Amino acid sequence: MTKTITRPTRAAERTSRRRPLSRQARQRRSRLAPWMLLAPAAIMVLVALGYPLLRQTIMSFQHFGLAQQFGQPAEWAGLSNYFSILSDPYFWSVFVKSVLFCLWTAGVTMIIGVGFAVLMLRMSSAVRTVFNTTLIVVWAMPALASLTVWQWLVDPRSGLLNWLLTSVGLDSFKHFNWLGENFWTFYLIASAIIIWASIPLVAITVYAALAQVPTEVLEASELDGASNFQQIRRIMLPMIGPVISLIGVLQVIWDLRVFTQIHVLQQAGGIASETNLLGTYVYETGIAKGDYGTASALAMVILGLTLVLTGRYIRMLYRQGGMA
Amino acid sequence: MSIDTTSTRAIVSSSTSADRMPNVGRPATAQRKWLGKNPIANVSGAIFALFWLIPVYWMVNSAFQSESEVMSWPPHLYPHEFTWDNFVAAFTQANFWGALQASMIAAVLTVAFASTGALLAAFALSRFRFRGRTAMIIAILVVQMIPAEALFISQYRMLDGWNLLNSVVGLSILYIGTIVPFIAWMMRGFVDGVPIELEEAAMVDGCSRIGAFCRVTLPLLAPGIISTSVFGFLFAWNEYTLALIVLSKDSSVTLPIWLQSFQQGMKATDWGAVMAGATLISIPVIIIFMIVQKKISSGMVAGAVKG
Repeated sequence: MTKTITRPTRAAERTSRRRPLSRQARQRRSRLAPWMLLAPAAIMVLVALGYPLLRQTIMSFQHFGLAQQFGQPAEWAGLSNYFSILSDPYFWSVFVKSVLFCLWTAGVTMIIGVGFAVLMLRMSSAVRTVFNTTLIVVWAMPALASLTVWQWLVDPRSGLLNWLLTSVGLDSFKHFNWLGENFWTFYLIASAIIIWASIPLVAITVYAALAQVPTEVLEASELDGASNFQQIRRIMLPMIGPVISLIGVLQVIWDLRVFTQIHVLQQAGGIASETNLLGTYVYETGIAKGDYGTASALAMVILGLTLVLTGRYIRMLYRQGGMA
Repeated sequence: MSIDTTSTRAIVSSSTSADRMPNVGRPATAQRKWLGKNPIANVSGAIFALFWLIPVYWMVNSAFQSESEVMSWPPHLYPHEFTWDNFVAAFTQANFWGALQASMIAAVLTVAFASTGALLAAFALSRFRFRGRTAMIIAILVVQMIPAEALFISQYRMLDGWNLLNSVVGLSILYIGTIVPFIAWMMRGFVDGVPIELEEAAMVDGCSRIGAFCRVTLPLLAPGIISTSVFGFLFAWNEYTLALIVLSKDSSVTLPIWLQSFQQGMKATDWGAVMAGATLISIPVIIIFMIVQKKISSGMVAGAVKG
């Protein structure tokens, strides 16, 4: 008993001997400590993202083209970059396509993903293990590897997809060029790849949430005569509603800025000008054509769009109390 | 109150026994036990699993077929003559080893810097209560959402100005800054999971705050550090957009860019060799991911989605 009392005092003596700081200094130190700890991460972010963001904001108000790349000072353009974008019908066609593509892809992903999660609840544990492992394998596939495989699957001459379609009697699909035919088939393939690859995350996360719904509630509802469908519709989905809407917003944010899949498929022989979405349009304007001013303004538009959606996401996190 | 709990418990236990012995005693409810096994779910689950695996299977299948066999019509559903030639081609024809090296450097740099920065930040956010803490947490979340596509023009210009275009170091700088907020967020979940009482006990025993963290919490954080590191590694290994911007094709490129130029470098694409390349890139990732997936997704759920 005496030991426990004396030990802290001795410890306190020892610390005070080692650090003879005045009380004020120590307070200042402990107030600074969290910021010192945050500093390295903050510097990393500021170098890689903060500084480019600042430069981009400036550049979006400048005429910044190839001449400026070789050292000529950039001319101020005011808002003219933004005006020229917003008055360009091509931008609006890209914008509308991006939004529709995003809604379609994110919507189908969520519907199938939640469906898979509900299905997983009802599987026997052996089948569920197989199913879960499959999803994880798909989840882990590097984007570029899966894109090359899908290009091979939809290859016009000897791809598996055309073979399957012709062997069930659809002869018009022999040598059908999915990526080059028109932008509908191009988008169909692109969204299929994205949906295929993003469903594992949705299904596994939603399943984890569903599995936490207390059994008692379900049993009680069963006693009250609720059907399976009513249990899903009225109990389980509302209870995990916050999780579903969070993942839904994340999917929308991710699909709105899709770049990799579209760019790679364009490179593989897809039609580029008709299939541009916001991400590839910025790339084309900036990196390929060297019009950095306009590209920066475009990028700022994408950023603004994303931040609006992110605001929703943050508010959802807040409402869930996940911030504390 | 006590009646309530016992009755629930009674329901639970009776339904579990009904689960074990279907159609015994309670035919009416045993027919539709919600959490019970369902043959339709099993069959459709198996079908969906097979369907989802087709691309992965087709990748491996084509990788082991000879060039003529790959192009055969109808396609061979399994390799009739098993060959390793495609892997030899992938190793030798293009600069695979250079790309592997570049990817390893980028991944190691990313993991080393981002994990260290994130660990310190997570310690600050989890163990200190200071003004501006909530603002920092919101900042972490917002920064995570900034799409690479919205900044790459400017990042390209910046690296160009620093003579870091076509350099793996330049690419790693972008990777570190991009992934550090997410890793810090995940790590905070893990730090929160270690009870602060352990540290306080060590401080009572004479450790400084930092010392208590290093000696008590850090060893307990090992699983968290490993899974966040793996996450950073996979991010750098798989990343395509920034690599495309920073690295041009003739310099040393990372593996995703290598795979793409390997495919484009062939006049008529030799799909067997390309699939061998894709398999080479995917297999290590799939294995690593399967080992740590539980930790990663539970960390993600604990961090981002408190359900």
